[in-house]
Amino acid sequence: MQIGRVIGTVVSTQKHHKIDGAKLLLVQPMTLEGSPKGLAVLAIDSVGAGVGETVLLVVEGKAAGDALRRKGAPVDAAIIGIVDAVTVSA
Amino acid sequence: MQLALVVGNVVAPVKDANLDGHKLLMLQPIAPDRTAVGRTVVALDAVGAGVGEHVFFVRGREATFPFLPGEPPADACVVGIVDHWDLE
Repeated sequence: MQIGRVIGTVVSTQKHHKIDGAKLLLVQPMTLEGSPKGLAVLAIDSVGAGVGETVLLVVEGKAAGDALRRKGAPVDAAIIGIVDAVTVSA
Repeated sequence: MQLALVVGNVVAPVKDANLDGHKLLMLQPIAPDRTAVGRTVVALDAVGAGVGEHVFFVRGREATFPFLPGEPPADACVVGIVDHWDLE
């Protein structure tokens, strides 16, 4: 999983039927220091996150489809949590 | 998933039998500010996208999911056409 920040919303009328009704958000993955890392990804939102929030992101694998609770959904990234705080010791 | 611009079609008369009948698109991945990033990628099309449209696509094993129970040998697939996106 990764930590990221929601930077935008995406509107798509015509999409695969398995992801109909899903909310799509642009998430910028971040480093521990909070600086942007890599390219923004488009993720399915299953927790009701909003623009500006720090979120927990799964990329690749079955986890993203599981978050949508639809078998065989063609998604590879999903927001699965809203982060309040990250504490790193030492 | 990632945002991309459809920049072309790919015609391949000779291909894996499990790819028969599938449309192949040439995509240029883009950043949210519309600048091109990285290499172009050839993807299957699950939504009827065309050249000039902004789309989003999945990578990896999930790219074959739109065609279940078929299993085309693909690692990228367009799963949505983007109307617009808004940045903060």
